[in-house]
Amino acid sequence: MMLSIKQVYKTFNPGTVNEKKALSNLNLELEKGDFVTIIGGNGAGKSTMLNMIAGVYPIDRGSIILDGVDISRKPEHSRAWLLGRVFQDPMMGTASDMEIQENLAMAFRRGRRRGLGWGIKKDEKALYREKLRILDLGLEDRMTAKVGLLSGGQRQALTLLMATLQDPKLLLLDEHTAALDPKTAKKVLAITQEIVASKNLTAMMVTHNMKDAIAYGNRLIMMHEGRIIYDVAGEEKKNLKVADLLEKFETVSGEEFANDRMLLN
Amino acid sequence: MSLSSLLAAMPGAVSQGVMWGVMVLGVYITFRVLDVADLTVDGSFSLGSCTCAALVMGGVDPVLALLIAILAGLAAGFVTGFLHTVFEIPAILAGILTQIALYSINIRIMGRANLPMLKVETVIDRVTGWIPVNKTVASLILGVLIVAAVIGILYWFFGTEIGCALRATGNNEYMVRSLGASTKFMKLLGLMVSNGLVALSGALVAQSQGYGDVNSGTGAIVIGLASIVIGEVIFGKRFSFAYKLASVVVGSVIYRIVIAFVLQAGLSTDDLKLLTALVVAVALAIPTVVKKWKMKKLVSAPAVPNGEDKQP
Repeated sequence: MMLSIKQVYKTFNPGTVNEKKALSNLNLELEKGDFVTIIGGNGAGKSTMLNMIAGVYPIDRGSIILDGVDISRKPEHSRAWLLGRVFQDPMMGTASDMEIQENLAMAFRRGRRRGLGWGIKKDEKALYREKLRILDLGLEDRMTAKVGLLSGGQRQALTLLMATLQDPKLLLLDEHTAALDPKTAKKVLAITQEIVASKNLTAMMVTHNMKDAIAYGNRLIMMHEGRIIYDVAGEEKKNLKVADLLEKFETVSGEEFANDRMLLN
Repeated sequence: MSLSSLLAAMPGAVSQGVMWGVMVLGVYITFRVLDVADLTVDGSFSLGSCTCAALVMGGVDPVLALLIAILAGLAAGFVTGFLHTVFEIPAILAGILTQIALYSINIRIMGRANLPMLKVETVIDRVTGWIPVNKTVASLILGVLIVAAVIGILYWFFGTEIGCALRATGNNEYMVRSLGASTKFMKLLGLMVSNGLVALSGALVAQSQGYGDVNSGTGAIVIGLASIVIGEVIFGKRFSFAYKLASVVVGSVIYRIVIAFVLQAGLSTDDLKLLTALVVAVALAIPTVVKKWKMKKLVSAPAVPNGEDKQP
């Protein structure tokens, strides 16, 4: 088993008027190579779950075990060696004032001890050039350009490359195409698919797009009020229709899926 | 104002500018690289000055006194960094707390507020012993050598793995943490290195002027910012990191020349701080004013004929 989340609870601002139960008795197990898509309404706990795995905030209760390592209480930077992350905001995954190759060099050192050796070595550059060429965005010829000059789509593709440069035990994709235009989003998703498949990575992808949630991955989970309310895999998942998901949501949650963004997609 | 007296003031201004330039390099690390306004600087500059004066008067070798001053600065930076990263006190407040505490500490170190270094050998005397130049030129030569060494070391350091992570911390903390480096450690380290350099500068200035003073660092942070701003405006932000570092040191020299000029023009030394603050305030305000002015022009521009306004 690659990931095991057991009875995880998280409440934001407890004891105040803004109290929000973000995760409530969350349980989830992933096998190696699982590519799970995650859907759910606003505030369902999708991003919170990913942030808890990454250690952005501490969990209140429960345990998270990734590849046999108990990461429940580890600070964010000391569990980063296990994780690759791509965020919704293209600005968050890269350092804009630094060169493309410098960003890659830092990602190359994820999970390694940083010392006083050169931040980027000569022989690494060939590797980065080759990896950038696979993205097919022309970035391999602009390796010394500042990342701030890139478009949102280019930055997301670069972040994706950085997140998987050292194979992560788990790849966390938090609506990583939501801020992109449809054409670019499609391209970034195709790159995601290719990288995950070629490296046989275990991945979790939060999305608001139901079609994408059905089309990508081998498993789909739906969240509501901090819990998983629907979990489907294999053939059954492949045969899902958007209408099925909407119906499922309404019966399980007793609410209408009143989210324009999800319906329109 | 006489031209000859202005010219006579120039060598002193330039050598002071170079020695204060070491402090500017320290401020550059926090203000530009780490994106933190660290107000420890006023205190750590005086700390360097006082530590150095006390040690030299106590019979310690003047070069060793410089090195110990650096250590004292590192410690001051550590305190600010500790308050900021461990107790999560906002950086500006953490810096002010250390700065205020250092005022008392500095008086304790020297046992008084001002300590002249009389009848002892300073590093400047050592240089004049080697080459036949006056004290001002000796200060300049020593200052240039030290600045060159510091720029070289910083250029190397910010190219290392830790240095890259430190630069990235000022850029995007989320990314740095997601790539497995502790942003708290990076900030702590940056504050330490910065204040180590500031204290070295304070120690150098003390030895070149011949006394340590608890008030020598008053307003140092603003002088540092002014020098950075002057350097960047004149030389631009292009080219390599070493170029940027060198340009802020030149900014420090230009600052001293401007000060010498306005003093010769009859301005009182008491008004200097006001003038410096004005320079920095105007320089920091310009980008915002330009942006707002451009926005206003955009809004008041006539609508594009036959097209919808796509910007909300």
